[in-house]
This record gives sequence, structure tokens and C-alpha cells, in this order.
Amino acid sequence: MNGLLTIFKRELKAYFATPVAYVFIVIFLVLVGVFTFYVGGFYERAQADLDPFLQFHPWLYMFLLPAISMRLWSEERKAGTLELLLTLPISLAASVLGKFLAAWCFTAVALAGTVPIWITVNYLGDPDNTVIAGGYLGSLLMAGGFLAIGSCISALTKNQVVAFVISFVICFAFNLSGYPMVIDIFSAWAPQAIVDVISSFSFLTHFNAIQKGVIDIRDLIFFASLIAFWLYANILAIEMNKSN
Amino acid sequence: METLIEVDGLSKNFGALKAVSNISLNVTRGEVLGFLGPNGAGKSTTMKMITGFLAPTAGRVSIAGFDIEKSPLEAKRRIGYLPEGAPAYGEMTAAGFLDFIAEIRGIPRAERGARISEVVGKIHLEKVLHQRIETLSKGFKRRVGLAQAILHDPEILIMDEPTDGLDPNQKFEVRSLIQEMSAEKAIVISTHILEEVDAVCTRAVIIGQGELIFSGTPRELAARSRYHNAATVVVAGDDAERAEQGIAGVAGVAEVERKNSGDDVRLTVIPNAGAAPAAAVQKKLDEMNCPTHEFFIEHGHLDEVFRTITSAPGNNGEVHRT
Repeated sequence: MNGLLTIFKRELKAYFATPVAYVFIVIFLVLVGVFTFYVGGFYERAQADLDPFLQFHPWLYMFLLPAISMRLWSEERKAGTLELLLTLPISLAASVLGKFLAAWCFTAVALAGTVPIWITVNYLGDPDNTVIAGGYLGSLLMAGGFLAIGSCISALTKNQVVAFVISFVICFAFNLSGYPMVIDIFSAWAPQAIVDVISSFSFLTHFNAIQKGVIDIRDLIFFASLIAFWLYANILAIEMNKSN
Repeated sequence: METLIEVDGLSKNFGALKAVSNISLNVTRGEVLGFLGPNGAGKSTTMKMITGFLAPTAGRVSIAGFDIEKSPLEAKRRIGYLPEGAPAYGEMTAAGFLDFIAEIRGIPRAERGARISEVVGKIHLEKVLHQRIETLSKGFKRRVGLAQAILHDPEILIMDEPTDGLDPNQKFEVRSLIQEMSAEKAIVISTHILEEVDAVCTRAVIIGQGELIFSGTPRELAARSRYHNAATVVVAGDDAERAEQGIAGVAGVAEVERKNSGDDVRLTVIPNAGAAPAAAVQKKLDEMNCPTHEFFIEHGHLDEVFRTITSAPGNNGEVHRT
């Protein structure tokens, strides 16, 4: 796992070596601000919590994070550097994990940029900071889920735009899987048990629970196993590519 | 000699397309093996399988005793590989990229600087070390790729078209570098340039339509040419007629090709298979008192052999296997 750290560092630097990082962080922070203060009515609610801030994260992540993950493997495939990477003495699992962690860490940096909102709410009122900390944790975990999906999809195509669009659609479906838009597709023909399973995949449901300050081990396990599943699929996608 | 690369019955199908079929070869320490073949013949695919980037459909590859599929890390540690097109991370500087490779290759931190400057010196990268790779010219990109491949001083060096895109001086330097390193390594290069095979390779392999159709030394390859042991004589135009008739009568001469060059005439004496009539031709011309402006012996035209071997479909009956 020595190579993991090397890959992680290289990937993280790569974000900041191009304008991608700065554009992403600025847009993320602007959108977070707009949603929190205008759509979420942060001031009008006159409540000392970060609900108006956190509740929009699933929706922002849904289309912003695929923009971060789309380059992870597509770019390597397009530039031919995948051949270099896969012939270096490092395991595929370490490469996949190193890249994923770099994308996740980058997202954490962007999320850290929202701390002034947390400070603001403390200045204006007396919020329950453990609930807010839980909200941040949940947000980061959910981001990991979206990024793992995006990383896997990125391994399937050379084209970053295709990777972005497909990742976006899957993230959207995961967000909404507890809602009629998705459930109705399945409820007509699938047995109830399957419909229940699908609806239990909803990021929104799991995130809302954490965001409310209820840190249930099942929600944590949900995100952790989701990340593990997609990263495993990511490894398989590259293995498959190798023999084809 | 110690065999470092063992390829046994390697095949690769892409769907219905047979890219490589049943290639077997060994490369020992001290050998430089040249992979020749037309575009799309399967050279790169074979290299990709040897280095573990592609999984073979059938057959196995062993690197210094380690199976590339069963113990990939052990095998890959021993290989330096320059993939086709010398890919590198464009947003990194050459120095940053080499540092990344050194780190991932497990070169200890204390030795990294010295090792990188040694390789950079050998390949003359000093000038572009702090430029982003995406801004470099094709020649420099290729050299960054070469530097990356030899950074950990591998026992096995596999290079897909190492001199592609280089100018003649750079080509010469790279060939010298390969020769310099060849004593303690097993090296495989692919190339389109036939003089390169003659200049650096101890053995040549020709791949056509995914199959191994020739394996031997560059000299053996040249010996298959109809120009092997041919003699070329340049005589004055006035002497041409009688010289040609005289030469045609010499034992071992199959044919005389005549070509005008200015006022002179160039006569190429093509020998019967296995014959070397050059000395007899010279003697005959002396006897005839026919002055020659130039006289030289040809070893054979590699490009002609290459064309003959790779363009004749189904000439596998002639295959010379090792």
C-alpha cells in the first residue's frame, strides 16, 4: 500500500495544477451561499441551526461531484497514461483507492470553505454544534458515495463528458430512490421486497437522518458499504478493460 | 545466458480479431531484441501483454522467473517500459513526473535526487526539467518517457518505438544509450526503422498479422535478401557493355542489373543463392583491363527483405523458429 500514498499525492496535486480546483471551489461556495441564504431562507427562519445549508448538499453534490470524479480514469485512458499506471509496480486496488481518496480529500477542502457559515450561526445564535458536526460528517460521507459512483463510471469510458452525464444520472437516481419518481418505475412490476430495497438506497433519507443529528450506525454503514461496492466495481471495470 | 523474458504461446483476440497468435520467444541478459513488423501487426499488443497491461487470451509471460499474471508486482518491478507514444501526465513538470515515478518505484528518498539527476544527465533533459510535460516538443516528451523507463535501472527494458519523433542526432544518442545499457539488461525495442535494427539489435523478430514470421540476427535477416553478397561496380559508360558481358560469365553470378548514373553505369551483380562471386568479378574485370570507379559489396537490403517477408500472405512455410 506504499504506492497508495504516492498516487493520492499526485492526484491531489493534479487538481490544483489545473484551474479545475479553483473553478470548482468558487462555484461550490457561491452556490452553497445562494441556496443557504436565498432559497433556504437562513435569516428569515431565525433558527440557530444549519438546516438551510445542509439540506441542499445532496442536490449540489449530485451535479458538482461528477465533475470532480469524471477525470479520474477517463483522462488516464484518453491520454494513454493508464498504460503507464497499470505497468507500474502498484496494485490496482491501491491506485483506485488512492485516486478516490484524493477526490474525496479535495471535496473536503471545498467543504471546509463553508466553515464561515458555521461561524456565522454561532455568532448569531446558540446552535447545537454536535448536530452541525454530525451534519458535516454526513455530508462528507455522502460526497464519498457520489465520488465512488463517479470514479467507477469514469473507468468505463474514455470520454469525460459521457462519464459526467452517466454519473449525474446515477447520482440523481440514488438521491431520489425513496421518492415516487424512482419507486413508480419499479412498483408496477417488481415485488414489494425489491421496491423496499431500492427505496432504502435513498441518499436523501440516510443523509437527512444524519443531518438531524441522529447518527445511526446503519446510516454510516450504508454509506461505507456503498463506497466499498462502487470502488470494487471500479476495480472490476479496469480489470475487464485489461482483458478486452 | 540467463533468460529474463520468456514468452510462451502468447495469443490475444479482440472479439473476432486475432491480434496476436501463438508467439513464443526468449530474451536473455545482454540481448537487444528488435521487434519489426508493419503497422497493426501486433507488436504493441505483444509488448502490452509482456508488460502486464493487457491480459493474454492464451499463453504465458515470465519476467525473470515471475509470471506477469500471477505475481504482477514482482514482475513489474523488474521492467522499465516505454509505452507507445510515451504517455506522461501533461500537467506535471518533467522533474515532478520523474519524482513521482521514482517514489512509486520505491527508490529510497535519499537516493532519489541522485538517481534522477543521473538519468536526466544521460538523456539531456536538464533544459526542460521544470517545464510542464504538455508544453514539451515531441522529442522531449519521448525522452521524458525514456527517462521514466530507465529510472530504476531495470533488468528488463521494453520500449515501443523509442526513437519515434526524434531528430537524427537524438536518434543516435538513444541508440548509443541502448547499446551502453545492453550488457547487463534484456532489452526489447519495436521499430519501423530497419537501420536501427542493424545498429543496435543483436536479434530481430518480424511479426506479421499477429504471427512470428522471422527470428534471427540482423545479419541473417539481411542474408535473405537477393542483394546479399551482391557486388556493385561503377564503370565508365563506354566500358559498360563489355564489362556487363564479362561479369555475366563469372561463376556464381545469377543476374546483372544495370542502372545509369550520370556518365557512369552502375552494375549490380546478383549472386546465385549461397554464392559470393565478388572476388571473382573483380578478378575478371582486372583481366579485361576494365577500370572501375567504385566497387563495393552489399550485405543485403533489410527493407527489401522486410517487404518480401511481411507482404507475402501465407508464406509461413518459410518460418524460421528459434
